[in-house]
Amino acid sequence: MWNMKQLAYGALARRANQIKDELRQGVRKPYKEVIDVFQGDLHGAGMKPLTFVRQVLAACVYPPLINSNNLPLDVRQRAQKELGRCVGGSVGSYSAAAGIPEIVHSISEFIKRRDGGIPSHPENIYISPGSQWSISNILNVLVNREASPRTGVLIPVPCYNITVLSITQLGAVTVPYYLSEEQAWALQVEELQRALESAKGVCSPVALYVINPGNPAGYVQSQKSVQEVIRFAWEKRLFLLVDELYQDCVYGENCEFVSYKRTLSEMGPPFSGTVELASFHSVSKGFLGECGLRAGYVELVNLDPAVMKHIHTIFSKDSCAPVLGQIALDLMTDPPKPGDPSYPLYKQVGPENCTLVINSLPGFSCPPLEGGLFAFPRLNLTPKAVQKAKVTAEMQEDPDTFYCTRLLEEGGVFTSPGWEYGQKEGTYHIRFCIAAPQDIMEELLRRLSSFHMTFMKDFS
Amino acid sequence: EAGEMSTVQEVNSRVRGIRAPVNLQGLAACISEQIGVKKPFKSVIDVSSGDPHKAGMPPISFIRQVMAVCLYPELLKEKSLPLDVRQRAQKLLDMCSGGSVGSYSTTSIGLPEVQKSISEFITRRDGGVLSHPEDIILTIGSQKGLSVFLNLLTSGEGKTQTGVLTPMPCPHTLPMLLDMTGLALVPYRLFEEQGWAVNLDELHRALEAGRVHCEPKAIYISNPGNPTGYVQDRETIEKVIRFAATNCLIILAEEVHQGSVYGQDKEFISYKKVLSEMGKTYAETMELVSFHSISTAYIGECGLRGGYMEVVNIDPAVKKCLNFTPSAPVLPQLALELSLNPPRPEDSSYNSYTQIHHIEDTLSQNAKRALEFLNRVEGMSCQPSMAGPFLYPRVHLPPHMVEEAKRLGVKADVLYCQRLLEEEGICVGAGCENGQEDKNYHIRHRYLLINNKINQFHRSFCEAMLTG
Repeated sequence: MWNMKQLAYGALARRANQIKDELRQGVRKPYKEVIDVFQGDLHGAGMKPLTFVRQVLAACVYPPLINSNNLPLDVRQRAQKELGRCVGGSVGSYSAAAGIPEIVHSISEFIKRRDGGIPSHPENIYISPGSQWSISNILNVLVNREASPRTGVLIPVPCYNITVLSITQLGAVTVPYYLSEEQAWALQVEELQRALESAKGVCSPVALYVINPGNPAGYVQSQKSVQEVIRFAWEKRLFLLVDELYQDCVYGENCEFVSYKRTLSEMGPPFSGTVELASFHSVSKGFLGECGLRAGYVELVNLDPAVMKHIHTIFSKDSCAPVLGQIALDLMTDPPKPGDPSYPLYKQVGPENCTLVINSLPGFSCPPLEGGLFAFPRLNLTPKAVQKAKVTAEMQEDPDTFYCTRLLEEGGVFTSPGWEYGQKEGTYHIRFCIAAPQDIMEELLRRLSSFHMTFMKDFS
Repeated sequence: EAGEMSTVQEVNSRVRGIRAPVNLQGLAACISEQIGVKKPFKSVIDVSSGDPHKAGMPPISFIRQVMAVCLYPELLKEKSLPLDVRQRAQKLLDMCSGGSVGSYSTTSIGLPEVQKSISEFITRRDGGVLSHPEDIILTIGSQKGLSVFLNLLTSGEGKTQTGVLTPMPCPHTLPMLLDMTGLALVPYRLFEEQGWAVNLDELHRALEAGRVHCEPKAIYISNPGNPTGYVQDRETIEKVIRFAATNCLIILAEEVHQGSVYGQDKEFISYKKVLSEMGKTYAETMELVSFHSISTAYIGECGLRGGYMEVVNIDPAVKKCLNFTPSAPVLPQLALELSLNPPRPEDSSYNSYTQIHHIEDTLSQNAKRALEFLNRVEGMSCQPSMAGPFLYPRVHLPPHMVEEAKRLGVKADVLYCQRLLEEEGICVGAGCENGQEDKNYHIRHRYLLINNKINQFHRSFCEAMLTG
């Protein structure tokens, strides 16, 4: 599904960069700048970094700033503390491969607090340069390239495309299970069952990959749903790979993020002591949004110590995660407390406006957004419209790619087409990040509406 | 039947096959905790890796100042920071999405401006041989770049398994990487008696031997050599290129220590430059990938994790696959940019930047002193190193030690290193980590130490050797 379109993958991005260059050179267009909501890149979308985080990192990078009165006291003290943990007192030294020990410990404390006191052990936590790196490492242990039948991994549709690439690059087979769009992208166990059945004779599934909160679809799983998935994994002996990067981006009414680990633990035996789980998090999303720093971690639960030994080897063969990123992780999991001079006021993302606008446009529909950083609305095109679009499109690309290309050229909004994430045959979606500051979001929705109306008129 | 989950048998066989890390650093950490209680020494000195900051080398102020401003742009108004620092930071921030180093790179292979800077640096370095920005791929450290490329080479198993000709000794991170990628390591011996030179007959022998059990498709070169410090001359490079061309091998040239050549009359010449001067047949067809990083030389920013690779004559279809490399962190790309475009004489930071020359002198002197010292120690002999952070002396281990090692089930050089650590608190690397599988035992140690530590080190070492 993906391999054939690899060539098209970078085309939109290249064109977006070209247009940005053209605008910089003063070429006239119907818009002054490109609204780049192609990735979950919060800073790229205009979100401002957290002052405290940046101040501490700056002082770590250039320690003379620790003596500067321009920085708040708690910033300077924190920087001092972090540097004390770095080898040679410099962020330029390698750290232990699994991460700076004090920071790993900090993360375990954070997880314990988050999960209402359920213990988390530092030796089960590994820091790496971004969550994809850890996902890749764990997959490497699970996937037997030379096995026959080949290793299979169940993945949701739609799914975060980079993970899918990691899976296929390792020689494993993806086994898609479709999330139910009509039920706000709910995960149905019957569908998991069907997917597993479909794998018979094709591959040998060993793992189940779940994204909660979702990407690209903006759902947050209910606790009941999480329990169902855990039960299914237990029954079928599947290793649970849980991507929880967006745990800090929950805003739907009556929605709450509960970690898979916590739910697993509260389900008690036999599940709590046997289901194997790897959960992933990073500094790239949430209120930090520091994608460019590259730091994430994985926590492993219920793994055989002999298997853990191999996981340790895999993480050891890599040099460590960037030290600045590790420090950012520490700041994320152990932020300033009330009373500290830098106690920040975290702003919550509010996308209600978004769904309203999208659903008001004819030919566009989107279930209420509950969490994550993206909107994944569906383009409802009549078959006639689909045909007409295909014929018009220069490269006969699908309507979703065509839509995104036109939206970029004419509206100056850079989004991505649904095929990159997988979608039910015959349906078309686009994905865009909704985390930009309010004024940019308003501009985005304005441009999108205007473009959309024109597009639907031309292709009805 | 539900219940039992993954077992060791189900672990990817390739992962099970990764050679276990020797992990002297782990032992060092344990021993650190025993200091004061059980040990006569005050602290553990770890000289097993090429990490300059760990050794006490100071980071370059200019680079750190610019990065601090990039991280916290409020500092753009900070008058106590030099003007050129602030101007440069502004320029760099303008390259970043949303003006923040927290964004993803604007392309998956790196910030275009940095690619351009790198290509200009390479063109200058190679005396005008053109380098193209689109052939530069930014990576999270050179090892990751290498690993991504190696993954593309891998295929087959048993007799059809892809092999890589690898120098013996090689960088200590390489053997595990090859294991992980499922590639066969085909060793070619470097000639210690000639200062660790590359020998063409040996290359031929290795290739023939390799062909018996795998399909060699690439040759890995480390120049300047890691851990040997040998700098290849033009003649050698030409021979290697011709050899690779004749035998259809891709050249993987790890050139990360190019910035720290200090041997007299020795000059680093890149594989690319030599290739470009060998005539069209070679220059336009020979497949070459070269790797570099900011972890080395006087920059020494290992903890930042930044590197790049330049691909030459690589099939565009293969290059497209390199596009999915996880995007490199932004800050090290900026650090890289700064190191390749340092302050000019008219800039306010120029004087402080020239502290580099002081560091180069320190490196050079340290290397000489360490070499002299090692060669005076009985039972040790060391070839001169011309570049890079390591010295790689040979240790003549007494037969009883070799016997004991066999009994304990460890390699003899590892046992030696463990003893050195336990008795003197000095952590060096064992030659077997560098792929040294013959009976010529070696240890690897970084010679860069701040001055008083070197004396302590030498003293401890002498004692260690005396007690055998």
